[in-house]
Amino acid sequence: MAAPQELTFHEFEAAADLLAETPGATTISSLEEPQGHVSLAVDTGDQEDGDLEENDQTQLLGGEKQPPNFWTFSYHQSFFDVDTHQVLERIKNSLLPVPSQNFVRHCLRHHPDLYGPFWICATLAFALAVSSNLATVLQNWKEASFSYSPQFHKVTVAGITIYCYAWLVPTALWGFLQWRKGVGECVGCYTFLEIVCVYGYSLFIYIPTVVLWLIPISGLQWFLGVLAVSLSGAVLLLTFWPLVRSDTRVVSAVLLTVMVALHALLAIGCKFYFFQSLPSRSIPVTQAPLHQVTPPGSSKTSAAS
Amino acid sequence: MAEADERTVGETATKPGFLGLSDVSISEDIPVEGEITVPMASHSQDEDYSTLDEPVKETIIRDLKAVGKKFVHVMYPKKSNALLRDWDLWGPLVLCVSLALMLQGGSADSKEDGGPQFAEVFVIIWFGAVVITLNSKLLGGTISFFQSLCVLGYCVLPLTVAMLVCRLVLLAGMGPINFLIRLIVVIAMFVWSTLASTAFLADSQPPNRKALAVYPIFLFYFVISWMILTFTPH
Repeated sequence: MAAPQELTFHEFEAAADLLAETPGATTISSLEEPQGHVSLAVDTGDQEDGDLEENDQTQLLGGEKQPPNFWTFSYHQSFFDVDTHQVLERIKNSLLPVPSQNFVRHCLRHHPDLYGPFWICATLAFALAVSSNLATVLQNWKEASFSYSPQFHKVTVAGITIYCYAWLVPTALWGFLQWRKGVGECVGCYTFLEIVCVYGYSLFIYIPTVVLWLIPISGLQWFLGVLAVSLSGAVLLLTFWPLVRSDTRVVSAVLLTVMVALHALLAIGCKFYFFQSLPSRSIPVTQAPLHQVTPPGSSKTSAAS
Repeated sequence: MAEADERTVGETATKPGFLGLSDVSISEDIPVEGEITVPMASHSQDEDYSTLDEPVKETIIRDLKAVGKKFVHVMYPKKSNALLRDWDLWGPLVLCVSLALMLQGGSADSKEDGGPQFAEVFVIIWFGAVVITLNSKLLGGTISFFQSLCVLGYCVLPLTVAMLVCRLVLLAGMGPINFLIRLIVVIAMFVWSTLASTAFLADSQPPNRKALAVYPIFLFYFVISWMILTFTPH
């Protein structure tokens, strides 16, 4: 008869020894690591606004395992580590500014994602192009000689504008905040991805705004635009106010004004470029689309991007 | 032998007998022997040569049958693995080229307000499919890159059928009833495409992220449907 001892693996013998020693234990070998994680998480939760210390803690957390290389897939996968309900919650929080809740601290919690910003910008670009197309049709379909043209170049223009706004403005803001932090005026700075995340999610409110701009009542359009800019501008202000609060009054006032102004400029530029109402005089329709391409508000569009 | 038995008995007394397997032994009555020769070895070698030697017509017809079978699977989407297991990109290429050829708009003089050009449609379809595949892989999906491209490309088939129908309907001239027919056909085919691709792709996603992976597919087919619906011939 073959001896069972020769058939048992050595690893099982070690586990069997552990089982014999502690009969009530569960068979998890590394019992210390989860507790270490829990204690670190509790520490970061207790701190209020100690940004520098929190950055150190997050580095510690990240440094326990080797941070993946930029060129590996798992590095980029860490930016898409969100669930559906998390994305929906972040969108909801970007729509409703609550004075006591900072978007970055409360919602992101050192877990920024790139899914939201990327797909919200893509949806907004396509929504702008489709709505502007529909708006042209709705204005002109009663004219007998109107020949519809898809105006596909607007997709390109919308895409470039939105993506430039959503990536260049956070870059400039991050650079500025880093400089102020270096000079010593600011409390701290969010990471670059957190700023991109805030800006991406703050653009969400423009999607229903752009769709509702199809309604050709001018007063309603302006009201919706002002509402959208004020809501998302308030979220941005509440997010960045704790950082620049300790700066000189002039610098903080200028920074926040510039942020809100750029946001409003994007909305106004989109309204003028994509939803320009044609003049009501009867011009030959074959020339009208060419006039549409160079609206009087095009200077604002170039300033916005 | 007896000493070994005594040792095993002693060990089972002290140790808790890990899952009761420590006293399993293989009886010598069951023979563990057989042949390790592959009986059909010579035939498989003949088959390799035969696929090289077969006439070109047979190869092409075999590939066409595979593509046709996948078309059938897209039009009647059941949860089968045929699209995923034997992926190929011939079908998506044919569909994309035909859709782009049918969609390319416009007269040469008014370049700015014409429809999408061939290159624009081609780039949108392929670049869009690549971005959606990357997105689903980054979210933790288990499907491979080319399998996902294959599924997304094949599920453009209902929209290509819609494009054909739209072109035929437009031959009868423009008008509101004309537009209504085209709208209904395009909406139906858009829903069919999205449901077909979701049926194949949604299972490979983690369950709490399915909506995050399906939304870009919805957006992709929406954009293609929009291009089809707004197509106007010159």
